[in-house]
Amino acid sequence: MYNGGKIIAGLIIFIALVTFPFYTNIGKTIEKPADPTAAPDELHIGDVPIGQMRAQHMMILDKWRDEVVRGGKRYIEFDGDEYEMSIQNGCLACHSKQEFCGKCHNFAGINPYCWNCHYSEEEGLL
Amino acid sequence: MLDKALKGGKKYWTLVIILAAMSGVGVLTYLQQLKYGLGITGMSRDVSWGFYISQFTFLVGVAASAVMLVIPYYLHHFKKFSKMVILGEFLAVAAVTMCMLFIFVDMGQPMRIMNVFLYPTPNSILFWDATVLSGYLLLNITIGWATLHAEKKGTAPASWVKPLIYLSIPWAVSIHTVTAFLYAGLPGRHFWLTAIMAARFLASAFSGGPALLIILALIVRKNTQFDPGKEPIQALAKIVTYAMIANVFFILLEVFTAFYSNIPGHMHAFDYLFAGIDGHAKLVPLMWTSVICAIISLFLLIPYQFREKESLLIIACVTTFISLWIDKGFGLVIGGFVPNHFGTVTEYWPTAKESLITLGIWSIGFLVLTILYKVAISVREELGTAKSSDH
Amino acid sequence: MKIDRRKFLKLAGCTGIGLGLTAADVFKDKAEASSGHSNVSTAAVRLAMVVDLRKLQTAEDYQRIVDACNKIHNIPTLIPEKEDIKHEIKWIWNDTYGHAFPDQQNYYHPEAFKQKLFPLLCNHCDKPPCVRVCPTKATFKRPDGIVQQDMHRCIGCRFCMAACPYGSRSFNFVDPRPYIKDYNAEYPTRTMGVVEKCTFCSERLEKGEQPACTEASNGALTFGNLNDPESDVRKILKSNYSLQRKPELGTMPSVFYVIGGEEYAG
Repeated sequence: MYNGGKIIAGLIIFIALVTFPFYTNIGKTIEKPADPTAAPDELHIGDVPIGQMRAQHMMILDKWRDEVVRGGKRYIEFDGDEYEMSIQNGCLACHSKQEFCGKCHNFAGINPYCWNCHYSEEEGLL
Repeated sequence: MLDKALKGGKKYWTLVIILAAMSGVGVLTYLQQLKYGLGITGMSRDVSWGFYISQFTFLVGVAASAVMLVIPYYLHHFKKFSKMVILGEFLAVAAVTMCMLFIFVDMGQPMRIMNVFLYPTPNSILFWDATVLSGYLLLNITIGWATLHAEKKGTAPASWVKPLIYLSIPWAVSIHTVTAFLYAGLPGRHFWLTAIMAARFLASAFSGGPALLIILALIVRKNTQFDPGKEPIQALAKIVTYAMIANVFFILLEVFTAFYSNIPGHMHAFDYLFAGIDGHAKLVPLMWTSVICAIISLFLLIPYQFREKESLLIIACVTTFISLWIDKGFGLVIGGFVPNHFGTVTEYWPTAKESLITLGIWSIGFLVLTILYKVAISVREELGTAKSSDH
Repeated sequence: MKIDRRKFLKLAGCTGIGLGLTAADVFKDKAEASSGHSNVSTAAVRLAMVVDLRKLQTAEDYQRIVDACNKIHNIPTLIPEKEDIKHEIKWIWNDTYGHAFPDQQNYYHPEAFKQKLFPLLCNHCDKPPCVRVCPTKATFKRPDGIVQQDMHRCIGCRFCMAACPYGSRSFNFVDPRPYIKDYNAEYPTRTMGVVEKCTFCSERLEKGEQPACTEASNGALTFGNLNDPESDVRKILKSNYSLQRKPELGTMPSVFYVIGGEEYAG
């Protein structure tokens, strides 16, 4: 093969790099988070069914942050109460960050940069 | 044609490897900046733009200088530039690449850079700067590549190339007019709030860019078979001369306005740059170096007896380039921030990491330049047209 | 070039309509612009602040204002001996008259006045240069006059910092969290790489509260609607001479300083 040495060497390096995440994580396990126990059809803040929250929470937060910061509208009516459209003062007012956000994000290997600014008391920063 | 960049002699590969290594160091240092923030630079709350933006400001002028070859050759059929135009266009490509890289590394949140295009803001000059720089890069790489390819095939370039070439002329002027507007429209920064800012940018572009081009052409002539000839270089030298005269004249005009009016806001920046304020004088030696280099360059450029001696011309071009690099880089940008809006002085000097990143970007630019020049020269060497008919 | 009469008339007609429409637009803008100084906001609400220097006497008076803002907004405090003060973040701070009004000094101010401190903050200008230059509209003007900062959109280009004539803006050169002394659980921190500044406590205004600095100032700061002739801010401005920072730049700031007079007699 013309330039065979270089090609094979290149291929080996490429395969080693591409399969890196797999062989470095052999033997490690992470608990898969359970599905939400509340009724999936039950509506939650933002009038979104709980069963769809996992798929839609990113869009909801995106919409909220534009409405709050750019639209000046901070409160949303739900179930007769007023809730603040906020991660810190809305979602985390009721839910635990580790239980609620951390479990799924860790399992999926996601590190959203929301947490660079928004935080919860759980982080022990107070 | 790109395969020509993969075949080269020892000198070529040594150069490529050195530049690639320096680029790599720059990239690794940039990863540090991504992790720890722009705090690793010397910038501060008062001097919020520094080395990176100053390099971008200077290089935007170098990038526009391609137009100094395009106008005479394509608009006025100045045949003597026929061999040089491709060098100018490829220099523009390398320079604009560096400009865009410098802007990128200066961003606090570079991952969000597409916000500039996702939320276009026509009243923001930075939006227009991003647009015209991207457009200029595309224009020059397309025109350069298409004309070189046609030359290789022995035909005239395709018909769509000509309109693009004509477009690149006002576009080149636009890139540094827009960059000048970044500074010239800001209220409260009296050092920058001057109508002559765009004109100064043009003058320093048309002296600094061709000066670099002359140096590059002479290096190319020494190390390859490519020889553009003596006359194009002399024509470029005349352009550098008159543009440098204009540039120095414009700066002296600024000095007059500042000091004859005796308005403190206008004088303070000059005081800081050339004399220091309250013992803060970090930039003073640098600025006077710029002045001395400018004097030397004009002394060697104006009399034709010196200008026509290539050994002296090289010195003139180097001193021109250094003088403009300091003046348009450090002088212009830092001078606008010192003293600050409260009348106090916060000094600025680039840190080591900042300098490594800067050096890395210059290396990337020169790497791009080396590769593009190698392609152009190899094409001509194979065609046998590398040497020009005059000497 | 050969062209027949019909084509020429069609071309001329289209050009005429096009030019007419653009001209109408241009003249409309010109008419608004030519009123010059009277081109001030006539919106229903224009939020503004009046600083009454006569009510700021002791060091505590001044510090209380700054501390209220810093605590509530998780502003990092950099210790000059340990950390790089060049990276400081400040939304409201105190500085001398000479620094606050560098172009308005004369040589014969009373000594007491020369030492006087002024609280400085974002002026929430009516014609803000920072908003004009922001390439992503991360900083924008709200209908109520507040110049707001969207930390989610900011790309950290710092063009706004170059444009602001008052030095009101700060940039997060490093991650601010290690330097935050007291956390307010109801407000986020910022991340490195974004610009921040005073927001007239928009999050408190939405709850019907006054800005933190105003509340802590014991009446030295007054906040209200400048376009309401009966508001507190208008009342003070009607009966006192007030200063603004760099009014000649046309930014039309919304922060006014009532400096008094006889109090400084030496």
